[in-house]
Amino acid sequence: MTTDRGWFAGVDPAEDGEAALDAGVASVRDGSTDAPADWPAIAVETGFADDEAAYYDLLHETTMAATRAAVEAAERADDQQLIHRLRAMDDCDRTANELAERVAEWAGSLGVEGSGLDLCRRIASRAVEASSDAQLDEALVDLATRAVDLDEQAEALRTDVERTAPAVAPNLAALAGPVLAARLLSLAGGLEDLARSSSSTLQVLGAEDALFAHLRGQGPSPKHGVIFTHEYVAGTDPEHRGSAARALAGKLTLAARVDHYSGERKPELDDQLEERMERIRARSAADADRADANGADDGEPGGDPA
Amino acid sequence: MTLPEGVERRSIAGDQRLATRGEPVYGEPTADGWRAWDARRSKLGAMLEREMDTGLAGGDGVLYLGAASGTTVSHVADFAGPTYAVEFAPRPARDLLAVAANRDRLFPLLKDARTPDTYAHVVESDLDAIFQDVATRGQAQVALENRQFLSDDGRLVAAIKARSEDVTAEPADVFEAVLAELETGYEVLSTERLEPFHDDHLGVVARPK
Repeated sequence: MTTDRGWFAGVDPAEDGEAALDAGVASVRDGSTDAPADWPAIAVETGFADDEAAYYDLLHETTMAATRAAVEAAERADDQQLIHRLRAMDDCDRTANELAERVAEWAGSLGVEGSGLDLCRRIASRAVEASSDAQLDEALVDLATRAVDLDEQAEALRTDVERTAPAVAPNLAALAGPVLAARLLSLAGGLEDLARSSSSTLQVLGAEDALFAHLRGQGPSPKHGVIFTHEYVAGTDPEHRGSAARALAGKLTLAARVDHYSGERKPELDDQLEERMERIRARSAADADRADANGADDGEPGGDPA
Repeated sequence: MTLPEGVERRSIAGDQRLATRGEPVYGEPTADGWRAWDARRSKLGAMLEREMDTGLAGGDGVLYLGAASGTTVSHVADFAGPTYAVEFAPRPARDLLAVAANRDRLFPLLKDARTPDTYAHVVESDLDAIFQDVATRGQAQVALENRQFLSDDGRLVAAIKARSEDVTAEPADVFEAVLAELETGYEVLSTERLEPFHDDHLGVVARPK
């Protein structure tokens, strides 16, 4: 909203104190304009304040209240709320897809071809016709509509997660992406738990089955859990994926700690991660160049310089 | 040495220290109502310690970008006039609120310094100074976009952090690039490395051109 007016435009100080303050707070928080102006002088001219000192007193009261409200709102967007949103998003996703399968099977029996949520959308909008004598069952249309609604709800929740994850864990969300950040928080149980985890724990979060199988002596140790979805792991060739996963886990652990203990965004973490990944990928490229099958260099250097 | 009025070198706890007059904020030593200004915790403090001429007189209108938890901004509000403090992260902003609570010409704002249109309806124009201490990439861009708040003879007083721009490059190269971009909108008056107080930081004083 661009108003080209000061925050106090539309705020009537003659109103009873609380209503005027609320209006001012809303304006400070959500308003905007293209360019600054001599607001104190304008406020006095338009009668918002008697003089400059009175204006600054009102401004102090209003910015204090607005910033307090904004900080509280941001803090209410806490890790537990984020985790609920993420899990609800996953539930909606999974359920929508299950229903879509059921719809496709049912519709197939009525001679309607197609699959997935696309089919549900077509059935819900009655853009399909059943074959000759069969009728499109109302119950089927209902079911398809429900699947579509759930899918839309999942999308809305995803948008929510994308918006709130950076407020909850700014560095983790920047490095991992908001959805993966939320997933790591969900698997760890919260920001504090994640901040207290070792990097090797974070690396295999989401691969618990494989990890415990390994600990029972029934398989190799998992190289990665849910962080596999990160482009830096999935996009690295399998030979060096372990290194990439370990490097990424190291930086994500640092990011979670900064988020928990300070809450300030540290862009240099992004750069450090990028730099590490470039080195690992340069190794892949070098391997490819060598192109000699002279035994696999496991390419795993010592510790992670966190 | 041109310290702004309201900033003095005082003998506090046996040392000659920069100091301002106000309510203590972060456990700093005080004497006779003056609070020591720790140059190691404050880039602006380091710039004054390095005797950079910031062009500040005292009583100035100030926009402070990157106020964090308010350590430096508390000293600024002690000697300056109306002071607008912009901070992006909620957690430090909560501490900033505590600092602003007993400073009635300090106006805290939870806003992103990269999008000045979200606070241009609150922050007045023709300010005497912008302090900038934002740990984000594109620090020159932030300074350029906020130039609209400065009067023609106002001052940009910025602490440029090399590592925020590019962690791999030599700080000297980063500073050169940032200054070159800054000079598209500002005339750079002086620069000074802030070691030993702050590693890989460059103090810059500039005015709009």
